[in-house]
Amino acid sequence: MSAIDAITQDLLRKVSDWAGSFTGAYNLRVDGGCAGRQSTRNIRIEGKKDKPGLDIHIRPGTRGETVSIPACVTHGSINDLVYNDFYVGEGADVTIVAGCGVHTDGEDAARHNGIHRFFLEKNAHVTYLEKHVGTGSGAGLRSIDPVTQVVLGEGAVLEMDTSQIGGVDRSSRTTSGVVGKGARLLIRERLLTEGDQEARTDFQVTLDGEDAGVDLISRSVARGRSKQHYRSRIIGNTRCTGHSECDAIIADQGMVSAAPELTANSDDAALIHEAAIGKIAGEQLLKLRTLGLTEEEAEARIVAGFLK
Amino acid sequence: MLKLENITWEAPDGPQVLRGVDLTVAEDKLTVITGPNGGGKTTIAKIIAGLETPSSGRILLDGEDITPLDVTQRARMGISFAFQQPVRFKGLTVRDLLELASGGNLHEDKLCAILGRVGLCAREYIDREVDATLSGGEIKRIEIATVLARHTRLSIFDEPEAGIDLWSFQNLIQVFQDIRRDLNGSLVIISHQERILSIADELVVVADGRVQKQGPGRELLPELMAGQGGCPACPREGGSL
Repeated sequence: MSAIDAITQDLLRKVSDWAGSFTGAYNLRVDGGCAGRQSTRNIRIEGKKDKPGLDIHIRPGTRGETVSIPACVTHGSINDLVYNDFYVGEGADVTIVAGCGVHTDGEDAARHNGIHRFFLEKNAHVTYLEKHVGTGSGAGLRSIDPVTQVVLGEGAVLEMDTSQIGGVDRSSRTTSGVVGKGARLLIRERLLTEGDQEARTDFQVTLDGEDAGVDLISRSVARGRSKQHYRSRIIGNTRCTGHSECDAIIADQGMVSAAPELTANSDDAALIHEAAIGKIAGEQLLKLRTLGLTEEEAEARIVAGFLK
Repeated sequence: MLKLENITWEAPDGPQVLRGVDLTVAEDKLTVITGPNGGGKTTIAKIIAGLETPSSGRILLDGEDITPLDVTQRARMGISFAFQQPVRFKGLTVRDLLELASGGNLHEDKLCAILGRVGLCAREYIDREVDATLSGGEIKRIEIATVLARHTRLSIFDEPEAGIDLWSFQNLIQVFQDIRRDLNGSLVIISHQERILSIADELVVVADGRVQKQGPGRELLPELMAGQGGCPACPREGGSL
């Protein structure tokens, strides 16, 4: 791995499991180029021939390994686009860490657009961690526009934990999944917008195989004058279970719109959606104040717990 | 230690709920406030904790006028309040809430001791969120535990029996009997339950926005329990007043 500067180190600490080095397979992308790569016996990382990005092959039966592919944009005037494809073999059980940090101290925009596709073979299990953050003092817009596409084979499970906590001015987050027989897609999203930030999040999950399932839980906080648009669509084509839950806290002049949609194409599809948008409940603040917290401390604690 | 002087309070939509409450809560004693629904008991508890502001009158804690102090300031002076309907939080765990209550990190042994006092096993509960997945009985116990974790000089419990099933309540009585035994500071419980009334050092009957009677539990309780007419304001049904 080539020497990495302080900004990159700071971003890496915020978005990945980096602690001076990586354990296991990794690819570090900085400002659109490769700043380090390592494959292991079971996890092979190769550069794509036809476009920017990686093909990552995880051998069947691989267990307990982690592959990290963080991407950093360290200054303005960069518009990074990358295509990463993960092929996870039958029965493998791995953790994939794909954080992204964008930094600008100037007037120019810094943008990262990562298009990640996951193909899980039969009974594979993946924990996918995706953290996004923006840093730097510049007025240039920090944008992160992730696209995630998931195809789950029979009995496969993907647990996706995705968060964008602060600093990203514009974000469009698109996630889609096709869930096969007995497979499960579990998505946990945490989103915080402040100032004049805007975030769009769009989920579409198709439950195609018998006993397929999706559980989609999104929690978000919109402060300042920030705006968020949430859209989820779950389509049940057979006997399956789908659950989505969207909870949003708004403060100041924040705005959140939520448009959940359920489509059942089979009478055996059991689909549920729950959504709630509102400010922090007054009684929650009061309860914490009776424990000795000030109103500001109580609010901060409630938000921190909500987005944990 | 706590004194209410001529407290009045009107509901935001008009009706006068408290019409001049004078009440003294003695040091290191268990005081139980009882009386009919709508008589002003919960309002008194909220006024002591600072959740409501009286229209007139004074609240004195150890001689100091605390009437103008807000909820946080009163909490920091040593007043604790257990809500009748405990508040649920998405994202805060039982451990989080108990640590906020005690004001710092709690070692596992300490968490075990606090939750053990309300009949819960710490291992099962500390990492659970204080959300809708907890039953009425469970969240009530956790609410009581947050007050116990604070170790303050005045603890107020607003109808601990409300909203839980009879089975949970039987166990909860034991919790209060234990708290009573190891009493440390003053305790105020708002309750309708005869078995809670029976462990009171001091009983206070509140009806129509005033204190109607106050006296030692062992003297006042037989009077309240005596026949139908014991307390005209409290029709007797089964074990509850």
